Amino acid sequence: MQPTDLVDSQNLRDDVPDFGPGDSLKVHVRVTEGNRQRVQVFEGVVIARQGSGVRETFTVRKISFSVGVERTFPIHSPVIDHIEVMSRGDVRRAKLYYLRDRIGKKAKIKEKRDF
Amino acid sequence: MASKAIVGEKVGMTQVWDDENRVVPVTVLRVLPNRVVQIKTVARDGYSALQVTFGQRDSGKLTRPEAGHFDGAGVDAGVSLVELRVDDVDGYELGQEITVDSLSDEARVDVTSVSKGKGFAGVMKRHGFKGQRASHGAHKVHRKPGAVGQCATPSRVFKGKKMPGRMGNQRTTTLNLKVVEADAERGLLLVRGSVPGPSGATVLIRNAVKGA
Repeated sequence: MQPTDLVDSQNLRDDVPDFGPGDSLKVHVRVTEGNRQRVQVFEGVVIARQGSGVRETFTVRKISFSVGVERTFPIHSPVIDHIEVMSRGDVRRAKLYYLRDRIGKKAKIKEKRDF
Repeated sequence: MASKAIVGEKVGMTQVWDDENRVVPVTVLRVLPNRVVQIKTVARDGYSALQVTFGQRDSGKLTRPEAGHFDGAGVDAGVSLVELRVDDVDGYELGQEITVDSLSDEARVDVTSVSKGKGFAGVMKRHGFKGQRASHGAHKVHRKPGAVGQCATPSRVFKGKKMPGRMGNQRTTTLNLKVVEADAERGLLLVRGSVPGPSGATVLIRNAVKGA
């Protein structure tokens, strides 16, 4: 319980799905162009979750035209329309920064199998 | 001097979203209704100010002089007495409640508090000196001030020379903080940016005295 919770509690979203590093996501982002608004999808692998409470963020990495692109979102940001979890990854660490140095097959993440 | 003032407590910092979904760093101030206990006027006291209290205190825990002071004003005893300097005390009366609403139409406020004490600090931390080099013969002088004066003239160190010493724990005012939200119902005031002092510190909030 933080003393500033009385302000933060209103700003927390309750529709955030359960996901962690290694999972593949589709993040639907609201984009405003002039006075028109549309939803853009950013699809990639979660490489980090950082912080807690209203300040928590997550980083999604994808390869776009053979260039690595990472985007960090505040989890409770109103910019996010919704988050879709595509698959669960089987990874052994919390921060997958090693993916930045890998390309192709080596950058592949095993899918988690639940027995 | 300010025309409106109120006393509150620093709760801490957090962030909120603005209309364009951008993050705004805010300081949360808890502002309980202030009750006027004494009105100081130029005619009687030589300056104009409001003495206010806030919160509640058990009447059994008051000293006799304190109890008499509150009784004389006909005000419930509060946590502490704070004096708010204002331009003009007309329109204020004893026992009147001042709430955070009084600041809700202000775009900017000044916040005064006692800053966090840093203890005995060196010149790099206290005055932002650059210090000295890390290598090339520097010997145990990396964070020292260097020379503090000249030679035979003036053969003394000038007054006011920036030196190491106590830092912080001083009354400090931050000017022109933007009001993000004033919520009288919950007694909260959100201002953009930081406010001097630790969480829990008593802060004085006034309407901005200088232009934006």
